[in-house]
Amino acid sequence: MNTLPAQSDALLDIRDLAISFKTDEGKVRAVDGVSISVKPGQIIGVVGESGSGKSVTMQSILRILPGNAIVERGEILLRQSRNGSDAEVVDVTQINPNSKRMRSIRGGEVAMIFQEPTASFSPVYTIGNQMMEAILLHRDVNKPEARTIAIDMLARVGISNPERRIDQYPFEFSGGMRQRAMIALALSCNPSLLIADEPTTALDVTIQAQVLELMKDLQRDLGMAILFITHNLGVIAQIAEEIVVMYLGTIVEKGPTREIFHNPKHPYTVNLLKAIPKVGQSRTRLAAIEGNVPSPLERPTGCIFHTRCSQRTHGTCDVYAPKLTQIGPDHTTSCFLYE
Amino acid sequence: MVKFLLQRVLGLAVTMFFVSIMVFAIMELPPGDYAERYAFRKFSGTGVTLSEADIQSIRVDLGLDKPPWERYISWIGGIITRFDFGPAFAFETSVNKVIGQRIWLTLAILFSTLILTYLIAIPIGIYAAIRRHSIADYSLTVFSYLGLALPNFLLALVLLYISVTAFGSSVGGLFSPEYANAPWSFAKAVDLLQHLIVPTIVLAWSATALQIQTVRATMLDEINKLSVAAARARGVPETRLLLKYPARLAINPVVSTIGFDINRIFSELPIVALVLGLPELGELLIKSFLDLDMFVAGAILLILTFMIVFMNFLSDIVLAMLDPRVRLQGG
Repeated sequence: MNTLPAQSDALLDIRDLAISFKTDEGKVRAVDGVSISVKPGQIIGVVGESGSGKSVTMQSILRILPGNAIVERGEILLRQSRNGSDAEVVDVTQINPNSKRMRSIRGGEVAMIFQEPTASFSPVYTIGNQMMEAILLHRDVNKPEARTIAIDMLARVGISNPERRIDQYPFEFSGGMRQRAMIALALSCNPSLLIADEPTTALDVTIQAQVLELMKDLQRDLGMAILFITHNLGVIAQIAEEIVVMYLGTIVEKGPTREIFHNPKHPYTVNLLKAIPKVGQSRTRLAAIEGNVPSPLERPTGCIFHTRCSQRTHGTCDVYAPKLTQIGPDHTTSCFLYE
Repeated sequence: MVKFLLQRVLGLAVTMFFVSIMVFAIMELPPGDYAERYAFRKFSGTGVTLSEADIQSIRVDLGLDKPPWERYISWIGGIITRFDFGPAFAFETSVNKVIGQRIWLTLAILFSTLILTYLIAIPIGIYAAIRRHSIADYSLTVFSYLGLALPNFLLALVLLYISVTAFGSSVGGLFSPEYANAPWSFAKAVDLLQHLIVPTIVLAWSATALQIQTVRATMLDEINKLSVAAARARGVPETRLLLKYPARLAINPVVSTIGFDINRIFSELPIVALVLGLPELGELLIKSFLDLDMFVAGAILLILTFMIVFMNFLSDIVLAMLDPRVRLQGG
C-alpha cells in the first residue's frame, strides 16, 4: 500500500508540507509549504524560533502530532530499506497513524530524542526496561539478547558500568547521563534517521559539548542521518552540514552550513546571526530582531517576515509571497531582494 | 525496602499508641459516668433515694473509681493481651459480644464498597481521560456525580424498592426471614451477599464520583507527559502505552487515599444502614455515646481508627511497590 518507486537517493523527502491545527479561534496554519530533503547519513540542522513550526514538522514525520492537527497537503516520502537491497518509498502522510506499519517506522526506522531528557523517561520503570521495550518491538531478539544490546548501547554512549546502570531508574542518572541513555535507546534499533529535537537545550554548556561530540561520533560509526532541531546557531555550526532556517512555518533560507554562516542572504538569517553574542565585543548592545513573531492566527500577507524586516518594500513584500530563489549550488532563499 | 517496612511498622505502632490515648480521653470527655447513668436508669421513678455513697459503690463495682491512668492501662492491657475490649454496661455483657457480629458486617460492607468503588472508578476514570470531552466522558461524569448528589438514604430506598419489586428479595435486614435463624450454609451466605448488594452500591456510587474525577485528572496529566510521547515515538502500541505509562501512575492517588475512603464510607454507613435495617457499628457508636457506655464507644473508635491507620500503612506499601521514587528515596 502507498508505495512509490524510489525516485531519488533521498532518505527522507518532505515536499510542500502544510499542517494546520483546529483551535477554538479557528484553523491555525503551523507549517506552510515546507520541503526538506535528507540524504542517508546527512546531518541537517533546522533552526528557528519558538513557533516556527520546526517541532511540528518533525512530529509529522512520525505521525505523533496532537489530535487536532491536520496535514493539509504535501507528502513525506521515506525510503525504507528492507534488508538493504530493494528500497521502497512510502508516503508517511498516507499511513494510518495507529497502524502497525506506522509503529514499525517509529523507533525502528526513524527514532527521536527530545529536549528534556528527564521527562523523556518514565520515572517508574528502569532505563533498561524502557530500552528493551524498544529493542523487543523492533528487533527479532529475545529478552536476554535485548538486554545485551541495551548494555552494549549504554557502553557505547559512554555510560560507565552499564551492567549495573541498566537496572537503575532514570532519577538515579544525572541530566547528561539521561540524555546519553536516551540517545542509546533511540539508536538501539539502528534507525536510518534520528530526529533530535533540541537535545542539548536542557543541558549545561559543558555537557552540551560532550553530547554533541557523542552524536557526531555515533553518526560516523552508525551512519544514520540526523535532523537536528535547535534555536541555537552555535550548536548547529558544530554539527550540521546543511542548515534549514524556518520562520513562522515556512523555510526562508536553506544551504550548506558554511554558506549560511558566511554568506547569509535572507534578512531573517542575517539578523539571526547578528543576534549571536560574540566574545570580545563588549559594551555593545546585543542585536535583536525588531518586533515579535506574529501570532499564527494573524499570519502576515505577502512575505511572512515583512512585518519585522528592515529591507521591506511597500507594495511588494506585504502583498506578494516571494518564491524560492537559487543563490548558489545548494543555497536557496525566498526573498524579493534576490528574485 | 526492609528498612522502609520497619519504619512504617514502627510508625503504625506509635500512631496507634497515641490514638488509643486520644480515644480514651474522648471516652472520658462526656460529663458524668456510667455509674450515675446506671443509678438513674435502675432507680428513677421507684421512689428510692440514692446517696452519693450508693453511686460511689456502683462506681467501685464497675471499676470506675480508679484514677484514669490506671483504667487506661487495664483497658489497653486487656485489648492487647486478651483481645478483650472490656464490659458493655448497657448490654450487661462484654463489648466483644456486642460488637462481634456487627464488626464483621461493617467490615464486609466497607471492603466490598471499597473494592466495588475501585473496580468501577479506575477503569472508567482512565477511559474518560482517554476519550476526554466525548459524549461518553460527559455521560459517565454526570452519572457518577448523581451518586454524589443524590442523598444516600434516597438512593437506598429507591434501590431497595427496585430490588424488592423487580428481584423479589426481602425488605432490608441482613437475612431473608427463612435464613434468619437457620444454621450457616452456602445458601445462607448467598442470601447475606444479596442483602449486602444494595448498601454496597449506594455507598460505592457516591465514592466512585470522587475517585473517577481523581483518576481522570491524574490520567490527563500523565497522558501529556513527554515520557508518553517518547514511548509513542519508539513505536509502542497505543493501548499498551496507555496502560504501562499513564494508567499506572493514575492509580497512585487512589491508593494513597484508601484510609480516607474507609473513613468516609464509615461515616455514610449509619444512614444507609438505618434505612436498610442493617446492624452495623456506626449506629451503635452513636447510641453508646448517648448511653455513656464508654467501653463500647471506645472499642468502636479504636477499631475504626486502627482500620484507617492500617489501611494507610498498606497504601504506603502498595505505593512503594508502584513507584520506585518512593521506595528508593525513602518517601
